[in-house]
Amino acid sequence: MSAIPAAMAANEAPWKLPSRGRVGMLSLIIAESAIFTIFVAAYILYIGKSISGPTPRQILSVPIFITVCLLSSSLTMHWAVAALRKGKTGSFALFWFATLALGAIFLIGTGREWHHLISQEDFTIQTNLFGTTYYSLVGLHASHVLVGLIALAIVMILALLGKVKCEHWERCEVLSLYWHFVDAVWVVVFTVVYGLGR
Amino acid sequence: MAIPKSSRGVVSEWLFTADHKKIGLMYIVYSLLFLVIMGIEAILMRIQLAHPHASFMSPQAFNRLFTLHGTTGVFFVAMPILFGFGNYLVPLMIGARDMAFPRLNAFSFWMTAFGGFVLYASFFAGGSFLQGGSAPDVGWFAYAPLTSTTYSPGHSTDYWTLSILLAGVGSVGGAVNFIATILCMRCPGMTLGRMPLLAWMNLVMGGLVLVTISPLTAAQIMLMVDRYMSGHFFDTAAGGSVVMWMHFFWIFGHPEVYVLIIPCFAFVSEIVPVFSRKAMFGYPAMVAASVGIGFVSLGVWAHHMYTVGMPSYGNAFFVLTTMIVGVPTGIKIFNWLATMWGGKIRFATPMLFCTGFLFQFLIAGLTGIMLATAPFDWQLSNSYFVVAHFHYVIVGGILFTIFAAFYYWFPKMTGRMLNETLGKWHFWIMVIGFHLTFDFMHIPGLLGMPRRVYTYEPGRGWETWNLLSSIGVVFQAAAVLIFVYNMIQSYFKGAPAGNDPWDAWTLEWATTSPPPDYNFAAIPEVRSRRPLWDIKHPEDPDWKYE
Repeated sequence: MSAIPAAMAANEAPWKLPSRGRVGMLSLIIAESAIFTIFVAAYILYIGKSISGPTPRQILSVPIFITVCLLSSSLTMHWAVAALRKGKTGSFALFWFATLALGAIFLIGTGREWHHLISQEDFTIQTNLFGTTYYSLVGLHASHVLVGLIALAIVMILALLGKVKCEHWERCEVLSLYWHFVDAVWVVVFTVVYGLGR
Repeated sequence: MAIPKSSRGVVSEWLFTADHKKIGLMYIVYSLLFLVIMGIEAILMRIQLAHPHASFMSPQAFNRLFTLHGTTGVFFVAMPILFGFGNYLVPLMIGARDMAFPRLNAFSFWMTAFGGFVLYASFFAGGSFLQGGSAPDVGWFAYAPLTSTTYSPGHSTDYWTLSILLAGVGSVGGAVNFIATILCMRCPGMTLGRMPLLAWMNLVMGGLVLVTISPLTAAQIMLMVDRYMSGHFFDTAAGGSVVMWMHFFWIFGHPEVYVLIIPCFAFVSEIVPVFSRKAMFGYPAMVAASVGIGFVSLGVWAHHMYTVGMPSYGNAFFVLTTMIVGVPTGIKIFNWLATMWGGKIRFATPMLFCTGFLFQFLIAGLTGIMLATAPFDWQLSNSYFVVAHFHYVIVGGILFTIFAAFYYWFPKMTGRMLNETLGKWHFWIMVIGFHLTFDFMHIPGLLGMPRRVYTYEPGRGWETWNLLSSIGVVFQAAAVLIFVYNMIQSYFKGAPAGNDPWDAWTLEWATTSPPPDYNFAAIPEVRSRRPLWDIKHPEDPDWKYE
């Protein structure tokens, strides 16, 4: 086949399309946002509807430190990608590691909070409606952090092996979109769980 | 197990393929298998309902059948068959060599496939086989609290939840792929304004899948939290709400109808112009109407919930939004009619099915407007009128256009034409069967027959209509048998199709039938909406007028 004439008009602009990695990741983020929207909606609609205690105010303390860690990891992630784009693989690895570490601190912080709630306060997903919505929403977010950390760790290992080069900056940027999304979701979850709901 | 080397090649060629055409065909064959299964389930239910007080099956088996029939139809027939056609056609029509993410494509197919296998594995787990094993029996929208461990002990509901979760992951993966492919893989010159309408509508469908399947996934996760971790999302005793499930389900459930019908609009928009020998009338209006339907459909879900009770401004809102959907849909119908108007219409089988679609979809839309009116719905919600309405959409609209798509693109996929005589038999018998079954199904609904009853009392005026509906199924089954025979027969002995049997205008007809692995030896460049017209008529190309 293929006698399609290649007669492009000379004055047409050069043919340029968006990057499929970015479009694919943004589509995934839209889908993920829809999942979180439903969980957040359920959380908000169930605020104060629990028939038995404890209430959020009695047992939740605001996790300021880990929130600062997670939000600043977006910044280090941004610097890492910018460094790679300029070909500075050394500072890329450094900032990437900082992102990984800050994310890990966040996850450990969430784990400690849960451990405290379960062992000290005897508060589980079964305790009441608040427990169900709290552990589901925070857990859904934490699982996304975990997935992000695994992806970050794979890139970190490749970087330590010297396999991440300047030409990979766009792939790292696609991954960074996911990480920024996870951070942005935490802003919403934080506001709803520790602000509105408490 | 020792598999001979040659057949091992064939098995791994299909099992491990990441080629969009092979994956597309696997989606289609898989869905046809489930179409036959859900058809058999429908036949069994119609036998039970043909007479009052029938004892062909137990109430329990009936519950399982309608649950599987609905779940299978939406998730394992309609969705995958449309994803299959989209997979096969979108890259060809936009002049690409494959989807944007071929391996994600294979992953998505297998997730969907395993979803169907998990659903049907429930037959073989627990209980006796003829009573349906432990197949789910909670209905396709599985209202809480019926799905709680109290009312659904055992694992039947878990099969349902898991299968839908798996299929949901597959659908979202497929949607991501469609969007990335259509936005990022178009051949040079294929601007958004020159894309075939099929690509446009698959783009809209992909966007809708992202924002509608995900809420369903979220709701299924909540249901699993309730069932497996003793959570309280839908537990009224702990302050949870069962209406919440209805909202979450219908936030998915209603746009899902458009996820299914929009790719079917795409088939009609490709077939009608070719068989009317005219360019599509009102291309920009078609694009705008598709995008419009996509957005409006996100705000109509609670018209499934009028009988739950809403404040009157809630009722008014959902009545209005639902009726607004009629506007872009009407624009489409007028555009197809205007395309046919004054055209040199060839009534080959694909065009016959599209014409049938136009009439039937119009009626389906009109009963939809009736049901959108809250006071009317208060009378007829959960009656056979509703069942007749949505089968008019799904069979009269969606299935008819899928048949049209088969007759139109089978030559491209296999290199052989489907038999026209058998095609016409298929069409007319299907029309008779469809109208017998679903026209008359409205009437017992108007007379008060509720859906999902396994039998009914004589003397309420329902008997004749139910019998007629059941008789119609015989015709529909015969039509589908003719279709299956036609496909098998034509696959081996059909007339060779050549590259472009319909004298069509879009890029898939520029390559061989079936296309080579790489689709196009040289990536095509286009200058108008009908690139093949430009080649066939160099003296009067479309691009002069764009």
